[in-house]
Amino acid sequence: MTDLSKRLASEKRFKYFAMFAMCLSLFFVVILMLKIFTTGSGAFIRTTIEASVYFDPSAIEVTNESSVKAINKASYVNLADQIVKDNHPNLSDEKFILVREMYTRKFDFQLRDYIASNPNIIGKTVTMEITASSDLDQIVKGNYPRDVPEAQRKINDYQLSVLDSLDADGKISSTFNLWFFTNGDSRDPETAGILGALMGSFYALLICFSFAFPVGLLASIYLEEFVRPGKLTDFIEVNINNLAAVPSIVYGLLGLGMLIGVFGMPYQVPLVGGLVLGFMTLPTIIIASRASLRGVPPSIREGALAVGATKTQTVFHHVIPLSLPGSLTGTIIGMAQALGETAPLLMVGMVAFVMDIPGGALDPATGLPSQIYLWSESAERGFLEKTSAGIMLLLGFLIIMNTIAVIIRRKLEVKW
Amino acid sequence: MVENDTLALQTNNVYVHYGSKMAINNVAVDFHKNQVTSLIGPSGCGKSTFLRCLNRMNDVIDICKVQGEFHLNGIDIYGPEIQVENLRKQVGMVFQKPNPFPKTIYENVAYGPKIHGLASTKSELDDIVKDTLNRAGLYTEVKDRLDDIATGLSGGQQQRLCIARAIAIKPEIILMDEPCSALDPIATAVIEELINELKENYTIVIVTHSMQQAARISDKTAYFHLGEMIEFGITSNIFTNPNHEMTEAYISGRIG
Ligand SMILES: Nc1ncnc2c1ncn2[C@@H]1O[C@H](COP(=O)(O)OP(=O)(O)OP(=O)(O)O)[C@@H](O)[C@H]1O
Ligand SMILES: [Mg+2]
Repeated sequence: MTDLSKRLASEKRFKYFAMFAMCLSLFFVVILMLKIFTTGSGAFIRTTIEASVYFDPSAIEVTNESSVKAINKASYVNLADQIVKDNHPNLSDEKFILVREMYTRKFDFQLRDYIASNPNIIGKTVTMEITASSDLDQIVKGNYPRDVPEAQRKINDYQLSVLDSLDADGKISSTFNLWFFTNGDSRDPETAGILGALMGSFYALLICFSFAFPVGLLASIYLEEFVRPGKLTDFIEVNINNLAAVPSIVYGLLGLGMLIGVFGMPYQVPLVGGLVLGFMTLPTIIIASRASLRGVPPSIREGALAVGATKTQTVFHHVIPLSLPGSLTGTIIGMAQALGETAPLLMVGMVAFVMDIPGGALDPATGLPSQIYLWSESAERGFLEKTSAGIMLLLGFLIIMNTIAVIIRRKLEVKW
Repeated sequence: MVENDTLALQTNNVYVHYGSKMAINNVAVDFHKNQVTSLIGPSGCGKSTFLRCLNRMNDVIDICKVQGEFHLNGIDIYGPEIQVENLRKQVGMVFQKPNPFPKTIYENVAYGPKIHGLASTKSELDDIVKDTLNRAGLYTEVKDRLDDIATGLSGGQQQRLCIARAIAIKPEIILMDEPCSALDPIATAVIEELINELKENYTIVIVTHSMQQAARISDKTAYFHLGEMIEFGITSNIFTNPNHEMTEAYISGRIG
């Protein structure tokens, strides 16, 4: 009796320990998530200043008749300055510079895009929401304190007074920051977006998949179905398992040394980044594919062979269709891992400042994790938001990919 | 008796080794056209091993070494000019556990004819599938669900589908390795009935653990023991009047 009660007590104790461990890890995850979400959510909001905008023909190099190309080529810096002056009359030159700093430096681009998409606007006056500079944005969001000495602030007392009067007039508002999803990187946090990095990662993963999946699948088929098990396969197996555990930076060095150094492929492009990620995921794919090939019952192979199918027909008609979900699951998990991998991208140069959104695998690009890394290096508070928002996006993609993998695996389980 | 004319498959001096372990020791059995031959014997005596030599399924097993003479209509099936795929088209096989492909019923039957190019049009293939399922006694049961996945059929239906898959390519010989061991008595009776009908057109070699089954369906019976063939002859003789005392012991239930 006492023996049993002792055992029950120890069982209870064990249960509590396990529960505590789980709660502890959950606690850390929650803290991490909270931190990321509270800092990151600001990136989806941007502060704007309402201004009346007169498209003064004398300050614009183009006319209503100009082609879109000419409109896109022209400069609108003077127009932007003039609009600021119009909205804040009687400024000294010195004060003008301070006020101009409150609006985004990229105001001229905003004007250009507006003219390009609104024909016959030149000569007219409209009310526009102009994006505020990042520093002003941070003040409005309350991320920069106002009650510290002026010297420690990015926005000085005069600018604060202008801000307050604009606010009193109801001209300061917050809108959804679509730019975060449609722009490439920028030196100015208020116009910096993630799309460039997203496309970079997309092309890299596309290359990674188109290289690693067929190669991995064929390699696993060869090892599992065609080659006789022996010393050689044991040797290969050990090496593949080892490769799966090699730190990713080593693959980056391989890409730098071999693809760029020997084959002369360009630096900084998703093609090389994707191939490197492909090398990295290859072992994962081979291991997963071999496991799923082994999971196909031998009786299926015998059934096909017994009606006179060749080995290749047996494999391609019967074995692969059954093992494909397993291979795909492994591939997606491997690619999710690749998506989050920064070190290989660093080694092949996919970590530079790239403003343009890459249009293909041969355009210079960054990747999602390297963009996050770049932003996190930046001192400005505006980029801190972007860093967290980028992480949120990355986590989102990882969750999506892993969910797809789980769904595919479920489907597979239903079958057998 | 002009038995030689009706000989389908002749074997002589057969030895099989798994690595260094001997599984078949000097066996010789002749299989006659349109007859059912049973291979019986205690577990592990080499019945399956011997059966799998007849369509070279043992080729798949690396450590398995087959020696001896195997003549199908006078042609050495282990000869250098023989393509094993063509041999297996002539010598079909049904396994112990029903192993339909996890594809549709139609595709299961159509697969063999397709890879051997037996049908040039879709309607020809449809005819082959229908005809084959008919001969396997399955057509009326499955005609409305040819596009269902075959693994949804009952065990007995699955096994008849496997028989249909085997006869769809019009083999001369069908090898069956304990085809009823995973089935209930009713499904077994259906298959036995089917074997009786198939005998008209095919030569059948069947491994079975059931003495009654061997007695019911086979014309000839071979008794195996520890890799050797102890006795081979007309089934009724073997069961009523065995020459060898080991055979008698097995039949009366004292071995195995
Ligand atoms: N793949 C294999 N590798 C090694 N040994 C094998 C292999 N297959 C069969 N054997 C051995 O060969 C011998 C004959 O086996 P076999 O499967 O032919 O027996 P069986 O008569 O069919 O038995 P059962 O009635 O149980 O099916 C056994 O001793 C078995 O252990
Ligand atoms: Mg057996």
